[in-house]
Amino acid sequence: MRPNSNTAVHFFLNHEKKTSLFRLWSNQFLTVLCVLFSLFTLVPLFSLLYLLIKKGLPLLHFSVFTKLPPPPGLHGGGFGNAIVGTITMVGIATLLSAPLGILGAIYISEYAPHSSLTATVRFIAKLLTGIPSIICGAFAFALVVLHTGEFSALAGGVALSILMLPTILLTSEQALIGVPSSYRDASYGLGATPFQTIWCIVLPEALPAMMMGMMLAVARAAGETAPVLFTALFSQQWASSIMEPTASLSVLIYNFSALPYHYQVQMAWTASLVLVAMVTGINILAQLLFRRKFQ
Amino acid sequence: MNQQIKNSTEQVPSEVMSPSSDMETFIKVINFNFFYGKKQTLFNINFAIPTKHVTSFIGPSGSGKSTLLRNFNRMNELLPGVRHEGDIAIDGKSIFDASIEIIALRRRIGMVFQKSNPFPRSIYENVVFPLRIMGRNKRSLLNETVERSLRSVALWDEVKDRLHENALGLSGGQMQRLCIARAISSQPEILLMDEPCSALDPIATAKIEELIVELKKEFTIVIVTHSMQQASRVSDLTAFFNFGKLIEFDHTHRIFTAPIEKQTEDYITGRFG
Repeated sequence: MRPNSNTAVHFFLNHEKKTSLFRLWSNQFLTVLCVLFSLFTLVPLFSLLYLLIKKGLPLLHFSVFTKLPPPPGLHGGGFGNAIVGTITMVGIATLLSAPLGILGAIYISEYAPHSSLTATVRFIAKLLTGIPSIICGAFAFALVVLHTGEFSALAGGVALSILMLPTILLTSEQALIGVPSSYRDASYGLGATPFQTIWCIVLPEALPAMMMGMMLAVARAAGETAPVLFTALFSQQWASSIMEPTASLSVLIYNFSALPYHYQVQMAWTASLVLVAMVTGINILAQLLFRRKFQ
Repeated sequence: MNQQIKNSTEQVPSEVMSPSSDMETFIKVINFNFFYGKKQTLFNINFAIPTKHVTSFIGPSGSGKSTLLRNFNRMNELLPGVRHEGDIAIDGKSIFDASIEIIALRRRIGMVFQKSNPFPRSIYENVVFPLRIMGRNKRSLLNETVERSLRSVALWDEVKDRLHENALGLSGGQMQRLCIARAISSQPEILLMDEPCSALDPIATAKIEELIVELKKEFTIVIVTHSMQQASRVSDLTAFFNFGKLIEFDHTHRIFTAPIEKQTEDYITGRFG
């Protein structure tokens, strides 16, 4: 039996050698492939940034933040009113959607996690995240513009808030679910009321993740064009109230890029650069402020 | 003195529920059934837990001992679709009575969980949390409570210089002792412990066990444990559960030396489970 078993061992070793070599190579090959494709995904992002900086930088001066847009064909000026308009509308949208989204999330995750209302709200919120942003604009147009008879920052804010609401609701819910249930057990076990448990124990734990979700929603809303296009319209002037047509960066880019004047197109590039910088800034800020805390 | 609990549906006479007549009954479980949805997890439990003694619940996983424990402070009601039949009385009064406020009930009963769960805040704030939720915020009272509670769990000397540091920086055993301190800081009458040592090393376990023996002077203690050595070391009475039924309830030394039921004997000698 001995020679037999030896050959068997021999065969086995050879076989093992081949497969391990094959495994080694295929492993290396696939790793390289993964790295290549990950680098590939960065190409659009960096080419976009490169283009924005190349085309937008020449006109980027301090005055673009303080001056009004130039009339078609003329040079100079800036888009200070559009920056203020974007901040105003996103601010209104946040004021409208954040309380609703956060309180809604608290209800569905803490007060009635197993009710059919909760399942319905969650399902509809998920549906809402997929709604094209122009539909939000149309809805706000019908809801606000038709009733007030005026394009306004308020209407733009309402349109953006509809866009932000499901994101805030769902990220807040995830943030609350992420709080270990052992904290709730401890709190209830010590005789805390649901109100005390939620406000003193659960919310402080979930807050960083909730804030991060909110800032991501803000960043997304700041870049939207379609919802504000026919709710806030545009304006060449500084806005004096939230009840009048208001300029925004995204609509300015949309308008100016379609003009036949080289200077205005250049200014659209500069506005794009500023918008991307703002959105990226908010994202980075959110990461810096809130990421560490809940890990 | 030694009784078996028969699985009958009729009311069991009160004298058979307690192994010893010289012990004053504090928690009384009467014809108790419990259901998760359609699944029944406790079957006609009848017995009486005496005041200021340690009673341990032993039995295999899924035998219903934790479920019963979590009924004493009605923690099970946080879960969806639970239902009970029968009654549990504490100090002669039904805990399911409409006049009982669930919050008030839980404030009379401290609970310690399997995994230590201090809040992610300071040691001090952890201990005073039960007082704060009752609206007692007087600084002198809080300071006094922190020292008394931490001393009774033998943690005071270890942490007195860092009371305002985050509790999550403590070791596993210290965290569990902190949780016990928190559970007793508002001076409840009962202390429920759900496998309090299952995540601890033998040294930390020994400290908690010493503590339990010490604490029974003040509290009625019920402890769920998977360790039969632990049950025999710390408890005066032991209840053996299997398949949602209370199989045998007696003085601990008798359960471990001369059990009546074959199931109990098989379990404690390691022949099943």
